[in-house]
Amino acid sequence: MPVMTHLLGAAATLALTAGGALADPALIFDLGGKFDKSFNEAAFNGAQRWKAETGGSYKELEMQSEAQREQALRRLAETGANPIVMTGFAFGDVLNTIAPDYPDTKFAIIDAVVDQPNVRSVVFHEEQGSYLVGMMAAMASKTGTVGFVGGMDIPLIRKFACGYVQGAKAANPEVKVIQNMTGTTPAAWADPVKGGELAKAQIAQGADVIYAAAGSTGLGVLQAATDEGILSIGVDSNQNHLHPGKVLTSMIKRVDISVYEAFTAGAALETGMIAMDLAKDGVGYALDEHNAALVTPEMKAAVDAAAARIVAGEVTVHDYMTDNTCPVN
Amino acid sequence: MDLMTALQILDSTVRLGTPLLLACLAGLYSERAGIFDIGLEGKMLMAAFFSGAVAFVTGSVWLGLIAGIAGAMSLAVVHGLASITFRGNQLISGVAINFLASGLTVLIGQKWFALGGRTPALSGEGRFQPIVLPFADSLRDVPVIGPVYYELISGHTALVYVAFAAVPISWWLLFRTRFGLRLRAVGENPAAVDTAGISVTRLRYAAVAIAGLLTGIAGAYLATGLSAGFVKEMTAGRGFIALAALIFAKWRPVPALGATMLFGLLEAVANRYQNIDLGGVVIPVQAMQALPYVLTVIILAGFVGKAIPPRAGGEPYVKER
Repeated sequence: MPVMTHLLGAAATLALTAGGALADPALIFDLGGKFDKSFNEAAFNGAQRWKAETGGSYKELEMQSEAQREQALRRLAETGANPIVMTGFAFGDVLNTIAPDYPDTKFAIIDAVVDQPNVRSVVFHEEQGSYLVGMMAAMASKTGTVGFVGGMDIPLIRKFACGYVQGAKAANPEVKVIQNMTGTTPAAWADPVKGGELAKAQIAQGADVIYAAAGSTGLGVLQAATDEGILSIGVDSNQNHLHPGKVLTSMIKRVDISVYEAFTAGAALETGMIAMDLAKDGVGYALDEHNAALVTPEMKAAVDAAAARIVAGEVTVHDYMTDNTCPVN
Repeated sequence: MDLMTALQILDSTVRLGTPLLLACLAGLYSERAGIFDIGLEGKMLMAAFFSGAVAFVTGSVWLGLIAGIAGAMSLAVVHGLASITFRGNQLISGVAINFLASGLTVLIGQKWFALGGRTPALSGEGRFQPIVLPFADSLRDVPVIGPVYYELISGHTALVYVAFAAVPISWWLLFRTRFGLRLRAVGENPAAVDTAGISVTRLRYAAVAIAGLLTGIAGAYLATGLSAGFVKEMTAGRGFIALAALIFAKWRPVPALGATMLFGLLEAVANRYQNIDLGGVVIPVQAMQALPYVLTVIILAGFVGKAIPPRAGGEPYVKER
């Protein structure tokens, strides 16, 4: 009998794999756009890597407005795309209502938790990566003041900010952190002019390292920091190359790995929640030829030691989203 | 708050207020001539894109400026055709222009640079550099006047001075010249202008073209003065705030300067202080961000004087019925 079960199981898997070979995976980008040099672009890179390695093809869709989300998901599900991967917390509610309508389709959502049997929720521990770059910011700062510019004021971005402050305070308890949010609407993700003004206001208050977690608004922050001759920290993708020698580091969020893994799994995608943290290399800081001269050996040693202690569980970085408060600011 | 902080905030006010001022004056010309223009946003976006793209390709910010003005002007012509020649609904034409610019900039940008509608980052000659006015350095140490001159008045890009110069020029043009009188008349009573043997169509086209020119400068300032390149939807609602400022200024040039700088100041203060603590009462930053719109509603409701738009605004002129 066990043999029989095994055989049936194998047959089922085979059938699923066959189905998966027929159906293309799909990727939906959030409003920031595919080439935001940041979050969505990381997802795109993951999909491209899968395409290059397997020679397969995938469908993709870029959101143009809030109202399109449900329609886009339904359309892709009805054309047989499987699995459907989407980037961004904003898909959470929509997916929660749609997923039960397509029980045979697997969905993967990045940055949100959707409790449905056919959904994989990938959440990143951005607070851990932000903690590391916060330490670097505090160590690189000469004025003892560092800045943070967030995009839209949502708990997710507060989570970045909170991790950053914790890291900065860990490296230098005396450090002052100036925090600004760009706005309260999705327009806050794409306003480099305002990002630049926020950066200049922070520089006027003494900040000499500024961390931007704000989509393309962050490009304005990095530009203003470069113009004013101070350091900045990029986010999500490795943004060190945007202003070589001026970007201290980037907080990397390996959205590309999540997309790649989901595409590779195909229709056999395991559902449930996946937490991408430091231990899984889901988050981290970027070190390449563009910022090698900025990161001192002491800085690297301190950050790597902190990373090891976070992985070992000796240091816990508070996650803003668990209780919507931050212990430090 | 010390003098330095105040100057930094005012400096930021000037930077943030300038695109609003240019767009507001653009709207002023158009609406004074009886053409409502809610397409300011779209024209600025178009200008921002073309100035960023051409400045990158040619390496010259001045060619970028010209391309930006041409981009805004082409949309102004579309608006003119729709609302003057074909007597269409001006509001719908304006909305269409906003959508058109929003989509077209990204489409062309993606085709051209393959960066998702962004244009590559500009540097050096591709951007407007700050101009240090004469004696700024030598006067720097003079108390009060020195820092004000050095920090606030000097050190902006050329387009900021253009925008400020446009205010008295607009006042003179609208209120002291024959052209200005006719332009205002065509927004109040086009039939009277027509009876006097002056072409309503030509005057209205002139007004719409001036609006195109000014929004072109505003867009170029956003992409090549304030930031270093175009990013999709980078106008972020500034065209609409400019319209609010226009109502606030009751369609007059000098108050337009005051209104746009007030809105710029509110944004600069909100950028500098996230939450303002006034002796126990904390004003959240969102309140500051909403204030321009709240003020406009108060003005519209007639609490502070009365805002009366040009009488023939929004209505296409039909010679004979």
